[in-house]
Amino acid sequence: MDYISNTEREKEVMLKTIGIEQIEELFSAIPERVVLDRPLNIPTGLSELELLRVTKEKANRNKSLEELVSFLGAGVYDHYIPSIVDHLISRAEFYTAYTPYQAELSQGTLQAIYEYQSMICELTGMELANASLLDGGSATGEAVLMAGRISRKKKIILSKGVHPAYRAVARTYGSHQGLEFKEIELVDTLTDLAALKNELDEQTAAVVLQYPNFFGSIELMDEIKGLVSAGSEILLVVVANPLALGLLTPPGDFAADIVVGEGQSLGNTISYGGPYLGYMATRKKYVRHLPGRIVGATSDLEGKRGYVMTLQTREQHIRREKATSNICTNQALNALIATIYLSTLGKEGIREVAGQSLAKAHYLAERIKQLPGFKIINPGNYFHEFLLTAPCPVLDLKKELYRKGIIAGLDISRFDYRQEGLLVCVTEKRTKKELEMYLSALEVIN
Amino acid sequence: MVKPLIRDYGSPGRKGYSLPELDIPAGELSDYLDQSLIREKPAGLPEVSEVDVVRHFTGLSQMNYGVDSGIYPLGSCTMKYNPKINEDIARLEKLSQLHPYQEEEQVQGSLELLYELKEYLAEISGMDQVSLQPASGSHGELTGLMIIKKYFAERGEQRTKVIVPDSAHGTNPASAAMAGFQVVEIESNQKGMIDLAALRAAVDQEVAALMLTNPNTLGIFEKDILEIAEIVHQAGGLLYYDGANMNAIMGYVRPGDMNFDVLHFNLHKTFSTPHGGGGPGAGPVGVKEFLSPYLPVPVLSKDQARYYWDYNRPLSLGKVHAFYGNYGVMLKAYAYIRALGASGLKEATEHAVLNANYMKARLKDQFELPYQENSLHEFVLSGIRQKEKGVSTLNIAKRLLDYQQYAPTIYFPLVVKEALMIEPTETENIKTLDKFVETMKNISREIEEKPQLVKNAPHHTPVRKLDDVAAARNPDLRW
Repeated sequence: MDYISNTEREKEVMLKTIGIEQIEELFSAIPERVVLDRPLNIPTGLSELELLRVTKEKANRNKSLEELVSFLGAGVYDHYIPSIVDHLISRAEFYTAYTPYQAELSQGTLQAIYEYQSMICELTGMELANASLLDGGSATGEAVLMAGRISRKKKIILSKGVHPAYRAVARTYGSHQGLEFKEIELVDTLTDLAALKNELDEQTAAVVLQYPNFFGSIELMDEIKGLVSAGSEILLVVVANPLALGLLTPPGDFAADIVVGEGQSLGNTISYGGPYLGYMATRKKYVRHLPGRIVGATSDLEGKRGYVMTLQTREQHIRREKATSNICTNQALNALIATIYLSTLGKEGIREVAGQSLAKAHYLAERIKQLPGFKIINPGNYFHEFLLTAPCPVLDLKKELYRKGIIAGLDISRFDYRQEGLLVCVTEKRTKKELEMYLSALEVIN
Repeated sequence: MVKPLIRDYGSPGRKGYSLPELDIPAGELSDYLDQSLIREKPAGLPEVSEVDVVRHFTGLSQMNYGVDSGIYPLGSCTMKYNPKINEDIARLEKLSQLHPYQEEEQVQGSLELLYELKEYLAEISGMDQVSLQPASGSHGELTGLMIIKKYFAERGEQRTKVIVPDSAHGTNPASAAMAGFQVVEIESNQKGMIDLAALRAAVDQEVAALMLTNPNTLGIFEKDILEIAEIVHQAGGLLYYDGANMNAIMGYVRPGDMNFDVLHFNLHKTFSTPHGGGGPGAGPVGVKEFLSPYLPVPVLSKDQARYYWDYNRPLSLGKVHAFYGNYGVMLKAYAYIRALGASGLKEATEHAVLNANYMKARLKDQFELPYQENSLHEFVLSGIRQKEKGVSTLNIAKRLLDYQQYAPTIYFPLVVKEALMIEPTETENIKTLDKFVETMKNISREIEEKPQLVKNAPHHTPVRKLDDVAAARNPDLRW
């Protein structure tokens, strides 16, 4: 199936119009020495039916979350996605459009982005947001670059409470701009504030924290605000789960300068790591430093309200090597998903989803605490995720639970932490029965 | 009619969502969290019903235009038809409901699919190794340039400059700068191609790479490519291929055989995954073997019949994406490549080039054709004749919208004044092309007869011409 709709006869007509006989003549500019003299080594094309068979055969060798009871989180959350989300983003006028270069025929995309930007501001407590970045990792990377540009300083203090993968991406991005990273260890699951304080100095561009952090813990934001604002030149970058912000005090209230994060939790399919969306919000005074596209409202010839991509003199197609970022294609459809999801949940719905997830996580954690040999490492406040240590090796525990169809959580030994354990996440999708299953499985191990 | 904002449909207490009752004993929020951490006021989200949401976004979609609406001849964007079956495949539960931290044993089917995709991309491009991690074209550029930087760093060479032709996409210089390189721009020659003398003058011990699109943004094949490669390689530099125009060459010529060392693909262009109104795309990177140690981690590898993510890559540049890239997009590109197969891919290229040349032949009398060289999948016209009559390329683009046809890329490449860059793609047929050509000719006549009509376009779109200047002067970026 090749999706070409010219017939042989039409092809002849076209060749004639061009003034040639063979289609190959169109390729005559390619020097013979480099022309490929054999067919590509790619399997023969397939009909739809065959294609479905081939892909389903592969799919059937996967074990999907629909067949398992998953307690995996770590930045990617299995929330319920209302049916209307996929129906609406399947409107072809949305998903088969390009970047809205011709605003007058792209008002749907543009208004949706404006609404997206507005809702991100509402959640984060910030003054403006861009149209999306590639994912939570690249958003963290862009945030440290932006902090470097604003402060003209090079030192980035990075809490190890920030997702290890985001830290890795931030270091990749930053290292090419001469940024130096200082990582702050955790005490249990919270950033070591004494160590943080020691690192703050004249060279510091920014402090980067996650809220709730990688282990689900909520950092002592009031104290951190005090520490960072004492050296007023230092920017506070907060990496936040936007769904949690439906419940938690917004980072804007803790004097954050740049808020970024992974927007997957807002209605995006779990999809093995992507496509998701990075979001970024900041204060008005930093708008010229912001990477990525921004949509603004304006009016047309007749004074009617409409939307355009604006403040483009920051961007690569105009500023080229002097742009604030190289980003061009972003994650627009994923941002549309987030917009529809947030519209559907609304003011109350988001509190309910976040609240149920939190309540269920706490219920499970409290019950686990009562099992001999098991410990919850998180001190104080945490959201819907916690770190668990067991009286047996984590590997054994995972295997034992998997035998019962449960993904117990994430073994953190793959990351750079001193602490060992299992990172467990509970969303509103987990039922009491599933939580009890988890507990009985642990009891057996014990 | 002005479309209200979603929150304007709201009424206090209206809901569009329901959850099962909480089935565990639960207390107040303050039982779990310190009061200072609990939001005082709920976030200002809409309070609307499900029907409100459906009608609002359906309404918005009706103010949009996609490939499914009609021709979308945006040059360099390869807006071909997006097969529906690919959407179904990407939504198969057993392919999509996978967590990135699931054990490899649970996702062998998907890993095999991704591994095969890497092999196909390597074969199509003539490269040795592919990383699927970059999430967009410019992300791929950045990754490719970081690979180059890492390579020279490991060799102890101080190479700080990247050469970019003046016809390059804006992302090229922006990515080079982001990877920490200094950008050296060279002028194209009169034929719209790399000026070999200018290139020779620009290469030196400090040049790390030349970034090149071939065919270039004028749609013209750089026929001196082997000589270009030799000039760069002899000076110790590497050659970077911007894959934006790969739709012009599939099955005919491979960047690897043209002696490129690194490239990125745009799965959302060449391989037909939908662009989503601005994304998601995917920008995998291909390299020659000697650069493979520097690819981002993890690298999808195979041991006997088992697939796994290899993190043990000491020379890797690190990570550019939190996980493995835009997996959902990769599924669609995989389905596309399997549906077309080797001969289908080549035919897609042939018809893309045929369609572009047909349109060029039919339009070149009405509009200025600044470069006479043979072109492949796209061509660039200039609106200077029309501009002399007081009508700009922007006006022409806006007038096209009145005829319910999307406009070409305009004012790019920068080397052409009043540029109209047209790429029809292979999935359009002669009827659609003729209609577009006739529309362009109509507009040309309108410019002669009633220029005001064109200057004030568009007239029939959901909004009239929008004021960009006011938008930038008084930014209104949120409700």
